[in-house]
Amino acid sequence: MPEISTVWFWLVALLLTAWAVLDGFDFGAGILHRFVARTDSERREVLGAIGPVFDGNEVWLIAAGGSLYFAFPRLMAAAFSGFYLPMIFVVWALLLRGVSLELRSHVTNSLWRSFFDTTFGVSSFAVPLLMGALLGNLVRGVPLREDGYFELGLFAAGGDLGVLDGYTFLCALLVLTTLAAHGANWLVWKTQGPMHQRVRSLRLPLWLGSCSLWLLTTFVTWRVAPDVIARFPQRPLAWLGLVLVLGGLTTVFLKRKEELAPFAGGVAFIVGCLVMTAACLFPVALRANEAALSLSVASAATGASAMKGALLWAGPGVLLAAGYLWWVLRHFRGKVTAARDGEGY
Amino acid sequence: MADPLAWHRLQFAFTIVYHYLFPQLTMGLALIIVLLKARALRPGGEAYATAARFWVRIFGLNFVVGVVTGIPMEFQFGTNWARFSAVTGEVVGQLLAIEGLFAFFLESSFLAMLVWGEKKLGPKKHFAAALALFVGSWMSGVIIITTNAFMQNPVGYGRGPDGVFVIQDLGAYLFNPWALAQFAHNQMASLVTASFVVTAVGAFWFLGGAHLEQARLNLKVGTGLGLLASVLVAFPTGDLQAKLVAHHQPAALAAMEGRFESGTRAEIHLLGQPNVKERKLDNPIGVPMVLSFLAFGRFNAEVKGLNEFPEADWPDNIELLYYSFHVMVGLGTLFIGLMGLAVLFRWRGWLEKTRPLLWALMLAFPFPYIANTAGWMTAELGRQPWLVYGLLRTADGASPTVHAGSTLFTLIGFCGLYLVLGLAFLFLVGREVTHGPEAAHA
Ligand code: HDD
Ligand code: HEM
Ligand code: HEM
Repeated sequence: MPEISTVWFWLVALLLTAWAVLDGFDFGAGILHRFVARTDSERREVLGAIGPVFDGNEVWLIAAGGSLYFAFPRLMAAAFSGFYLPMIFVVWALLLRGVSLELRSHVTNSLWRSFFDTTFGVSSFAVPLLMGALLGNLVRGVPLREDGYFELGLFAAGGDLGVLDGYTFLCALLVLTTLAAHGANWLVWKTQGPMHQRVRSLRLPLWLGSCSLWLLTTFVTWRVAPDVIARFPQRPLAWLGLVLVLGGLTTVFLKRKEELAPFAGGVAFIVGCLVMTAACLFPVALRANEAALSLSVASAATGASAMKGALLWAGPGVLLAAGYLWWVLRHFRGKVTAARDGEGY
Repeated sequence: MADPLAWHRLQFAFTIVYHYLFPQLTMGLALIIVLLKARALRPGGEAYATAARFWVRIFGLNFVVGVVTGIPMEFQFGTNWARFSAVTGEVVGQLLAIEGLFAFFLESSFLAMLVWGEKKLGPKKHFAAALALFVGSWMSGVIIITTNAFMQNPVGYGRGPDGVFVIQDLGAYLFNPWALAQFAHNQMASLVTASFVVTAVGAFWFLGGAHLEQARLNLKVGTGLGLLASVLVAFPTGDLQAKLVAHHQPAALAAMEGRFESGTRAEIHLLGQPNVKERKLDNPIGVPMVLSFLAFGRFNAEVKGLNEFPEADWPDNIELLYYSFHVMVGLGTLFIGLMGLAVLFRWRGWLEKTRPLLWALMLAFPFPYIANTAGWMTAELGRQPWLVYGLLRTADGASPTVHAGSTLFTLIGFCGLYLVLGLAFLFLVGREVTHGPEAAHA
């Protein structure tokens, strides 16, 4: 039986991964839509392809945040306050994304629509970029102090570390490209017509980009955080992640004529990358530049008895959420047509 | 300027007051929509179905803004109140996680069904979607209020290493008497907001001579529920809250009433300005013995004044606290009067001829929002200087590494974003209201 804190580590990772995969294609669609959707009805088609699901997809983030707060309060306290500005930027971008999606189609005026099309694109671009950089920071490590908190500038200036520096920027690009490719897969699956063709032709270059960025990032990680990579061989889950990544990429490239299979391959790639990262970081929850100060999964965790008791709600809760997801997706089978005017809530 | 604490507090206060403008309508409106749709299922319910269809659209718009302004709240626990979060995972974080899994997933899955699924689902299933949304939104309410109640009146807890809060008695923690009273009062207050809004829209259409049948229906439903909710918000629920404050937060009660001296047969103040420097209430007009009765149920009960408490334990903004409390209670009294009058006039058949009253009903809808905000200011300012009453000071909860400048910057950012959001929201709601109700979709 694994430690209860380990169980919760994987539970929080599961919720975050679900968010990355599900909201990931919403972001991807948002990144692409300014480029691939040329007419208003094509834009509405993109929105129609994610509109009914994006709200529920976002709840995975909220659930992950709440679970992180519950299970690893010290990790959440240190990371959220240490990354104060980028975190608030994420919040703003999420806010702008939600508002743009929901309010755009209420008014037929073309200025109103093109304003919200732009804010939708920009915010969909910002979240993966920031989240990618933050993920990079977790791998590279932060200047954690003895009191368990840290401060980090927004940019790397004069050789210091920053939230955005060479390495984390590379991670950000990887996440951005991957989610754009993932969004393209979703749009190919869900749409038809001339836009469908345009997205189709973008898929291959995007996945090639994502694949090469992944190789590059892995190589640089080996230089930046060798101890993280060094844990790889002893971690069965990391091997599983690698299998998912390779299998996913193979599917994406070999089945590129199909619609559903490449989407599934993309999902496997994203899940595999995140599983590998989590497995190699474990048992560290927040990597400090000074290894002795790192926050471990066990030391950041809430009391064991509370975490055991909480499995009583967490298990059914996650199943219920998965049930809703299945139900909504079923209602929403097949290709979309451009949403009616005035649609949106 | 250099102390980030003040900016953290201002930012949190601003973002949560803004957030709560939307759920207070959706929670009350969800109930009204369920009632309308239940009536619409019975024979001759066409008009009720039309009314429900209109309110679902307003609900949808409010819900969207409620969701996007709720997400920042969740993040701010970690970004702004890191030292608070580090010790409250079990007592606050746990409920936030449960809220996400059980309430928010439910709401987000059924919202689209409610807003767009009427034709596809048919009347019975569409009613079920409305019911699911009602359950989801009231569940969010009860969960978040249970966390707030723990901060107001911590029960069932123990302290672990480093002062971490742990739950020792789950039953006591979940059935905190404060939470039950607060939830009841808060939900009635949210029904006040929703019924005032329904009434105001009815009065607006009626005065403009548009959609007369729907205007009458909204006036009927709005004033009836409005009177009921206005009474219930004062008694028993508001009264219950006051007794709990008197019992568990005596310093907060003294400050809410601007009371410095202790004594029996305490009077309630209708007017007066607190003068904290000289420790007295200027120009007081009060009614003797009422405060003693309200707080403890006996006319000669002793009510403590602030002088009994060390100044370090006084709420830090006594003036605002005092005015907030009086605004809430004053408005609450007016609401009962206004809705009582409206129901009386409607019953006698005078309402449609009494244009001044219709004008008053149309213009009254902002005041429940003010009363709700004032009520939360009372609760939250009264809790000061504590984050968790008596146990964790607000000053010890903020993030240690966030600079004042960063917080000021993000506060300004929130102000700008929320201004634009608010304008867009008002524009869209205004369009819906002037557009009016629609019979079944063509
Ligand atoms: C329409 C809104 C509204 C109206 C008319 C009233 N209230 Fe209220 N009140 C609220 C809306 C509200 C609220 C915003 O919903 C609060 C904040 C926390 C809570 O649970 O409810 C609240 C809190 C609150 C508290 C708790 C303060 C604390 O926790 O320190 C008390 C003692 C009262 N109320 C008492 C009253 C009384 C005696 C009223 C008599 C008319 C009254 N309220 C009307
Ligand atoms: C909609 C309802 C609410 C409103 C309008 C509200 C209002 C406020 C206000 C005005 C403040 C500032 C007080 C001050 O700085 O002196 C505040 C602070 C705060 N509230 Fe609330 N509150 C609400 C609900 C909640 C809930 C449900 C929680 C917890 C789960 C909560 C937690 C806090 C925290 C952590 C602070 C910051 C620390 C402090 O200044 O006390 N609030 N709130
Ligand atoms: C610190 C306190 C609060 C936090 C962290 C918070 C968080 C959130 C979040 C994240 C959402 C979006 C949910 C979604 O995506 O579906 C939301 C919406 C909502 N919140 Fe809050 N909230 C707080 C205060 C309150 C209070 C005090 C109430 C009511 C008593 C409330 C009632 C609701 C409701 C009913 C919704 C559903 C959306 C709507 O109707 O507008 N919240 N909240």
